[in-house]
Amino acid sequence: MREINQSRQNVIRIVIGLAFSILIIRLFFLQIASSQYDVLALDNAVSKKVVFADRGIIFDRNGKSILENTLTYDLMVSPNQLSGLDTASICKILQIEKEEFHKRVIGCIIKNGRYRPSVFEGALSDEIFVQLQENMYRFEPGFFIQERPVRSYPYKVAAHLLGYVGEVDSTILKRTNYFYQIGDYMGLSGLERFYESTLMGKRGVRYQIKDNKNRIVGSYENGKFDSVAIAGKNLRTSLDIDLQMLAERLLKNKLGAIVAIEPKTGGILAMASGPTYDPNLLTGNLRKLNFSWMLRDTARPLFNRAIKGQYPPGSTIKPLGALIALDEGIITPNFGLNCSGAYYGCKRAIACEHKNPGHASNLRMALANSCNSYFSHIYRLAVDNPKEQTTVNGYLRWKKYMNSFGLGVDLGVDLPSEDNGLIPDTSFYNKLYRNHWSSCTNVFLGIGQGEMQATPLQMANVMCIVANKGYYYTPHFVSSIDNATEDEKSLDQYKIRHEVTKIPDTAYNVVQLGMQDVVDRGTAYAARIEGIALAGKTGTAENYGIIYGKREKLANHSWFVCFAPRENPKIAIAVVVENAGFGSTWAGPIASLLVQKYLNDTLPSAKWSEVERIEQKEIILPIVKAKRKKLDSLRQLNIQKQKLINQSISLIDIPRKKENRPQLIFLTHCVAIKTEHEEQFI
Amino acid sequence: MKNNSFEISKGVDWTLMLVYLLLVIAGIASIFATTYRSEDIFRGFITLKTDYSRQSFYFLISLIIGVFILLTDSKFFTATANIMYSLGIIMLLLVFPFHTEIKGTESIIRFSYFQVQPAELCKIFVCLALAKYLSSPELNFSEVKSQLIASAIVLVPAALSILQSETGLALVYFAFFLVMYREGLPSALLTIAVSIALLVILTLLINQNVLAIILTALALISILLVRNALKRNKGLLFLIIFIWAAAVGIQRFAVPFLFNNILKPYQVQRIYGTVGKDFQFDPASLSEEELKKVEEKKKAGNYNVKQSKIAIGSGGFSGKGLLKGTQTRYDFVPEQRTDFIFCTIGEGFGFLGSVVLLSLYLFLLLRIIKIAERQRSVFSRAYAYGVGSVIFFHVFINIGMTIGIVPVIGIPLPFMSYGGTALLTFTVLLFILIKLDADRQMILR
Repeated sequence: MREINQSRQNVIRIVIGLAFSILIIRLFFLQIASSQYDVLALDNAVSKKVVFADRGIIFDRNGKSILENTLTYDLMVSPNQLSGLDTASICKILQIEKEEFHKRVIGCIIKNGRYRPSVFEGALSDEIFVQLQENMYRFEPGFFIQERPVRSYPYKVAAHLLGYVGEVDSTILKRTNYFYQIGDYMGLSGLERFYESTLMGKRGVRYQIKDNKNRIVGSYENGKFDSVAIAGKNLRTSLDIDLQMLAERLLKNKLGAIVAIEPKTGGILAMASGPTYDPNLLTGNLRKLNFSWMLRDTARPLFNRAIKGQYPPGSTIKPLGALIALDEGIITPNFGLNCSGAYYGCKRAIACEHKNPGHASNLRMALANSCNSYFSHIYRLAVDNPKEQTTVNGYLRWKKYMNSFGLGVDLGVDLPSEDNGLIPDTSFYNKLYRNHWSSCTNVFLGIGQGEMQATPLQMANVMCIVANKGYYYTPHFVSSIDNATEDEKSLDQYKIRHEVTKIPDTAYNVVQLGMQDVVDRGTAYAARIEGIALAGKTGTAENYGIIYGKREKLANHSWFVCFAPRENPKIAIAVVVENAGFGSTWAGPIASLLVQKYLNDTLPSAKWSEVERIEQKEIILPIVKAKRKKLDSLRQLNIQKQKLINQSISLIDIPRKKENRPQLIFLTHCVAIKTEHEEQFI
Repeated sequence: MKNNSFEISKGVDWTLMLVYLLLVIAGIASIFATTYRSEDIFRGFITLKTDYSRQSFYFLISLIIGVFILLTDSKFFTATANIMYSLGIIMLLLVFPFHTEIKGTESIIRFSYFQVQPAELCKIFVCLALAKYLSSPELNFSEVKSQLIASAIVLVPAALSILQSETGLALVYFAFFLVMYREGLPSALLTIAVSIALLVILTLLINQNVLAIILTALALISILLVRNALKRNKGLLFLIIFIWAAAVGIQRFAVPFLFNNILKPYQVQRIYGTVGKDFQFDPASLSEEELKKVEEKKKAGNYNVKQSKIAIGSGGFSGKGLLKGTQTRYDFVPEQRTDFIFCTIGEGFGFLGSVVLLSLYLFLLLRIIKIAERQRSVFSRAYAYGVGSVIFFHVFINIGMTIGIVPVIGIPLPFMSYGGTALLTFTVLLFILIKLDADRQMILR
């Protein structure tokens, strides 16, 4: 019996020992062998809050701030702390109905839950903000006011080049390797994007402990891992905001682009793209809505035509043709052509605007009168240059000239997604014409037509080269960064002088004089300015568009490129107005006004009426106009629809306790109204 | 009997006392770690408004009662064991008309300021009564009749607890079978019980049909192995067939019947939750309300265990330190003062702290067995084993539950969990043992 007892107490000891071993083994796997629980615990309890630094301010060349920060104020609500609140008086201040009040609170609970604060009313108006501020003690802690920095554009211009910031989306999150977090803002276009790392400054990170209801209860490890936010750095640009404003005014009601550059530095003075928009539309709460409407606009207001618009440059290319011919020694400045209104060197005659004999009796005359025959001829002479033996080699040599002038290559302006333009490669023609092509095949390149395409920025840069007699600086906006350190985006590349192939100054002198003749007695007489030696070149570019699947010839683009003063160039401009006809009709006068404004710092009153005349003239293709109108009415309808929805919601008695029910009602109404209107349009 | 103070301390097992004090203080420290909110600590301890101060107060009361127990003549416990058991049963019965409605339990009677949970206190009386019955001189425990009576002593309060929706407390009473085993319950019974338990767990883990095939294969293999013996003994064949039939019967019919018809749906869900599965209820057999309740309980149960595992798992090797545990400090683990108090140790002191605590419990249990075996009276020995079994069950189920190897059963961790009744119950259990041990030279019946 005693033996049995002995064995039984041992059995019990073993059972207990086994049970404890199981517990300890399990604890070992839980606490030591697996690390996932650390991560889960941190996820549970520590929130990483990115503290945004104030973004840097952007100044123009005269020290005026053109992109700065302001604060807006949001009224926030914590739904769990609303009991005993004076609902009536807060409704009175906000000018809303009690039903609306309850509807919003329910909406907040659905979105963010009961414990986390949500935006009750965003971007408070000054009037409401003041009233709320005075009475806030009555509404706390259920309500509180939170400030939020937003970007503001005091001059309401330069939307395309300044760009905008927006909330990061999932693709950006992935691309930046989760440097940003959901809810963060970053520069999405323009300078805001290009100089994002400089402007955003150094964001701070604050680690906070939260409890099971997601409420912040304190700092994590006494802020050991926190970092302080450092404000973004300010950018000094070469932009002249007054010139920019005038440029945008002149492009009103038109499609096109203007680029003005200071030839001596490459600093961009103005860059406008029409149609444009008030950049303030893309800040604050309505950003997404406004953006979506602009995205659907057929005139494409979001598209920066100055760096992305690719146009055939037309006759504005002719000064370059002349320079090439002079440099190659094919012609002398005295070379003349007897043009009788067309060029008959190839199978198809190329028409010229001028018929009077002697209008191309030398280079200067040919430039002044923009003789198509003359420049077609010297193009062919250049390509068929006996020195090069074959047409292909001749063309390649010509293309090399063009590329060194900055055409067909991207210049490297400090804006994202600049386009190249196009100077076709020989392979293009080889493929298209099965290796059988001659200088006649692409003779249109000599007069800036055919397959050639250039952006307004490239053409302005070409003017800088002509003005500087053979060199340019990469066009850019930012001239300096305040308190720059080594890890900043380098601006050195904009200080490099790019020498174009060694064309002698004599060649430039002739071309410059010819271009002055264009203004003084040639095609751009309308652009002449009293007392300023303006050298320019008009362009009237033929172009085609695809309308309802059919390729159609559209009204000519109006081009004008110029620089002034000729002896000591201070400004080089390229202007293109889409489908506006002759270069001298619209582009010329626009450029002339800008030059005058920039050089004299002011315009005589007679010229202001000219500005007004140009501003009011609408030049938009009928088809684009019709589509825009349709979109506008759709937008109006959408506003009405929203009103209808709001009305129908206030009519429905919202059951207070079941929180998900009003959402359902809301959705069904939405659908009903949507289908009704959609039908009207289909 | 020269003087009282000498009398009290004479023969007291100070090692046991020391372990007891350590555990209670560790408990108070853990409650402090989870509920301390930067108030003045001194004020916090004297105002009785904080949980740790209340637990300290209960500790004080428990100690006073403990001293009274040490002053009591040990014959008192043997003499009154049966009366106290009857009183306990009466108290349990009184719960039915007089219980107070408190979150899901029907086992609490409230007098103006304090409340009692008879099902908890009854453990003491069952322990005493069982010891008394097992130590009666005319008892022959190898008789089935006496085995049944002993079982009845244990199972009556268990059944009453189940009727009061305290399944967890009821399960604890099964711990007393360990005492009966020590006192001569046939080990075959224990083997059968363990086998059935194993079969039930396998039923949870393995597909019904696959398990049936495995069992059949096992039966055929054993027949093949003993085929020579079978020629001599036909009974062996019947035995194997009987065991096979019983096993298949249990896994095919008894377990589904148990889950579908006897256990509450949420309990089934909890059991399945522990092995990481969902139990597919027959939607026709459950009302919408019951299904909803299952979902709620499932969510809550899974959430508790998940959070508790996160808290313990994030403790790592040496833990985050007292008051540094982010999970236990900020209410991520529900019920962390009471049933999930182990999380605080696990998170704050890591694997090291957990092993130290478990070693403390293991030491306590082995010490109790040692004490049990040195008793001269059967009563004292049986009682000691009773105390050990109850503590062992509580510790294993409670800690197992927090680390996800036992279904969520709401029973406290002895000496540590917040709660006056639980602390008092375990203190009284232990102190009676200490008193009996102190008087072990006396002959008790």
